[in-house]
Amino acid sequence: MIQAKNINFYYGSFHALKNISMKMEANTVTAFIGPSGCGKSTFLRLFNRMNDLIDGTRLTGECRVQGDNIYGKQVQVDELRKRVGMVFQKPNPFPKSIFENVAYGLRVNGMGDRKFIAQRVEESLQAAALWDEVKDKLKKSAFELSGGQQQRLCIARALAVSPSVLLMDEPASALDPISTSKIEELIHHLKKNYTIVIVTHNMQQAARVSDKSGFFMLGELVEFSDTKKMFLNPDKKETQNYITGRFG
Amino acid sequence: MKHTEREMQSLKEEVRQMWKLVISQLEKAKQSFMAGNAELALEIASREKRVDAFELKIDSDCENYIALYSPVAVDLRLALSLIKISSTLERIGDFAAGIARHVIDGDCHKVDEKLMEDLQIEKMFDTLIGMLSDGFVALESENTKISGKILAKDEEVDAIYHSAIDVLTNYIVENGKLKVENDNNNFQLSTFNFQLEERVRCGLKLLLVIRKLERIGDHCSNIVEEIVFYVDAKVLKHRKDE
Repeated sequence: MIQAKNINFYYGSFHALKNISMKMEANTVTAFIGPSGCGKSTFLRLFNRMNDLIDGTRLTGECRVQGDNIYGKQVQVDELRKRVGMVFQKPNPFPKSIFENVAYGLRVNGMGDRKFIAQRVEESLQAAALWDEVKDKLKKSAFELSGGQQQRLCIARALAVSPSVLLMDEPASALDPISTSKIEELIHHLKKNYTIVIVTHNMQQAARVSDKSGFFMLGELVEFSDTKKMFLNPDKKETQNYITGRFG
Repeated sequence: MKHTEREMQSLKEEVRQMWKLVISQLEKAKQSFMAGNAELALEIASREKRVDAFELKIDSDCENYIALYSPVAVDLRLALSLIKISSTLERIGDFAAGIARHVIDGDCHKVDEKLMEDLQIEKMFDTLIGMLSDGFVALESENTKISGKILAKDEEVDAIYHSAIDVLTNYIVENGKLKVENDNNNFQLSTFNFQLEERVRCGLKLLLVIRKLERIGDHCSNIVEEIVFYVDAKVLKHRKDE
């Protein structure tokens, strides 16, 4: 389970997230929607401490993953990122072979057992619904894959180190409809074993893949509810205006 | 106004036009039935095709709207409601045309002044026209406060329908008793049997008209339920007891 409590986040003097609290249950998909600059990606990045890399930021409040305060002093960020994987908007495979891309996380974490690595690479590629397409060309460069395949490769790379949470920041926004559909299908399958949080600008995608949705605006969490409810009968007028296109 | 809002307004306008036509069909059905005006009944029957055409057009436009604009929340509820409302209005139009055909057939009209009064058919017509008009206002103003009042009127219509069955039963039984009293006069008996058969046949035909009116009441209730779904996102269907 992931929990955020009274989160306030600042870029310098800019108050980007305002007193946000929410709980995301294990093995569910949660979607964050909202206009550009509303804070949804900033909020997502808090859960594997990606915002730490940005100078001048400040956080108050509490972020917990499976009960652990991930901003506690004893927390090792590398270890956290093994538990909380991330997939970005643009597929970003390494300039290595398909096999080595997936094996990378295991190797940098000190795993030397070739048999184990091969097995884990296969499992991860299968979980990412890519194995059948690449099993005969594992040594080829990852750049030879299509955009959709590269994105699934990045998902396989994230899965290889056995995370419990997968964060996805607009994972299909650069993909064609067929690749998008494969990623969405994959999300449905992955939630059996992972807790997934996805940021998307595509509201129909949020409606299709998620169990719960959070609507952000101007750094505030306006509404957080079951996706079906949000897309049929949202509680807040602002949510309705946004999802029906009347916003602005 | 945004393009998507214009599309929605255009859908609503089509339903408004259809609604007005169906109210007019029902008003004319009342006039033609109460006065036995076959000419007016023919007009109703010919305008029935326009009601059907509206239904097809609204169905098609709602399909396009859903496919092209992927509406959600209140917009999705509106599109779904309009599809169902137009289909229900078409059914009401069918019933109005059915009543008109009864008038066109020409027989069994005003079999008995007293019977017609006891059946309260005119009151039924007026109540239904009121329900349909109130429903129109509810959609127009997106105000569901009136929905309870409309649903209560359906109960009035049902009560008239049930009482009409009793009235018609008594009407037929009373004539049956007369037959027994006249049993010893063969000439009178054959004349009377002809009259009796005719009156029973007309009684049954009247029952069919009353049944149509009762069904129109149910359809008006269904329309109100759709408006409540659209405006308040509440499902009233199959929850009459609650």
